[in-house]
Amino acid sequence: MKLTLKIWRQGGEFGNGKFETYQMNNANEHMSFLEMLDVLNEELISQKKTPVAFEHDCREGICGTCSMVINGQPHGPLKGTTTCQVHMRHFNDGDTIVIEPFRAQAFPVIRDLVVDRSSFDRIIQAGGYISVSTGQAQDANAIPIEKDVAAKAFDAAACIGCGACVAACPNASAMLFTSAKVAHLALLPQGKVESHKRAKAMVAQMDEEGFGLCSNYGACEAECPKEISVANIAMLNREYLNANLSRSDS
Amino acid sequence: MNKFSQFLHSSLGNKLLMSFTGLFLILFLVVHLIGNLQLLIDDQGVAFNAYSEIMEKNLLIKVIAYALYFAILLHTYKGIDITIRNRKARGAQRYAVKAKSDTTWSSRNMALLGSLLFVFIGIHMSDFWYKFKFGSHGDVDFYAMVDLSFSQLWIVIFYVASQLVLAFHLAHGFQSAFQTLGLRDGNYTTVIKNIGTGFAILLPLLFAIIPVLMYLDIHPMPDFRVFPGQ
Repeated sequence: MKLTLKIWRQGGEFGNGKFETYQMNNANEHMSFLEMLDVLNEELISQKKTPVAFEHDCREGICGTCSMVINGQPHGPLKGTTTCQVHMRHFNDGDTIVIEPFRAQAFPVIRDLVVDRSSFDRIIQAGGYISVSTGQAQDANAIPIEKDVAAKAFDAAACIGCGACVAACPNASAMLFTSAKVAHLALLPQGKVESHKRAKAMVAQMDEEGFGLCSNYGACEAECPKEISVANIAMLNREYLNANLSRSDS
Repeated sequence: MNKFSQFLHSSLGNKLLMSFTGLFLILFLVVHLIGNLQLLIDDQGVAFNAYSEIMEKNLLIKVIAYALYFAILLHTYKGIDITIRNRKARGAQRYAVKAKSDTTWSSRNMALLGSLLFVFIGIHMSDFWYKFKFGSHGDVDFYAMVDLSFSQLWIVIFYVASQLVLAFHLAHGFQSAFQTLGLRDGNYTTVIKNIGTGFAILLPLLFAIIPVLMYLDIHPMPDFRVFPGQ
């Protein structure tokens, strides 16, 4: 496979950022997208050039570390797939592929395709947890949870916190991420107790980080590699409204 | 900052303000439409004039009218404020490639559509509301004023075009308001989307046919009065 790669380079000798074009002659359709970039980097290193910085960890589609926007789509052209699970067979010989970092005010570029997503960590730190020890994993059926509710909580828990929702949103809003975390915990008995306090704290932190407001476009849901539903956003809205209407401060 | 102002300044508080004012304006549009449809009664404006007089003099209506002006201004101000905040959040560096979007055109252009509607409301109010309120004193023939306006083709075209803008604004706004209130879950989603789409087509369409029919001098609704000519 022959490819033309237009990659955003930033930091070091590339300063405030610009696109660099690379010719890739030895890619093949069995490579994953990240393996293709590995091969490119090996070539760049052998030519004594600076390799392209990009994030990756598990390469199994479950850690949420890989990012990048491929031809205008976070995680590339496939639905419900992370960048690491995209294979080169989904591209054609001779294609030009444009690779950019996730772009948002709250995700500053560290280098090339690597962005700082610690704003997500701070949203979690604000309330994305249960503050008492819940012990070991419960015996099945020890705490009865309705099947529908368990399924909804599980779907929300599938969020890997990669930030594709923010990258896809025209407003760079973090509502899909935050709502998935809030919904996941609020639906289950262990998390329900603190659900009001959690919704308020996580929304406040989300605002603090400079993410945009949700305009209900639905771009996040369409690009989410875990196909998290915007129904979670409705649930966060509900939780937040209830939290502010209720008299108790918790 | 106390609890309430904290809530109002939060992103979700802002969205809820947009939602509440938007739904109030939607409700007003329904009432406004019912009033307007009386222009189509074949009675030389008797029913419409009687209705206009009630709207002029009733104290409760006056109070609601001020709430309405406030809602329009708040919805517009918050809309602009939110748009600026969102542009800032997106950052200065835009994507080089714009992929085909899964979002609707109206959802991406709410600020533009809203601005056009605000201009329309300004022109509409100076055209009718101002003349109704501060025009000639004494008995005013409201119907004759409307009839005169809608005998000019460019005014008719302007009103019809504005209703098209309203249709697109409602197409996203209606269902978005429910999503923001959190009243969207599972089976409701499709129902609310369908009602929203139906509403966004039907309401502006009914508003738009009034100037067209008046221009053509067609009054399809019969005169229901027991003693016509009174």
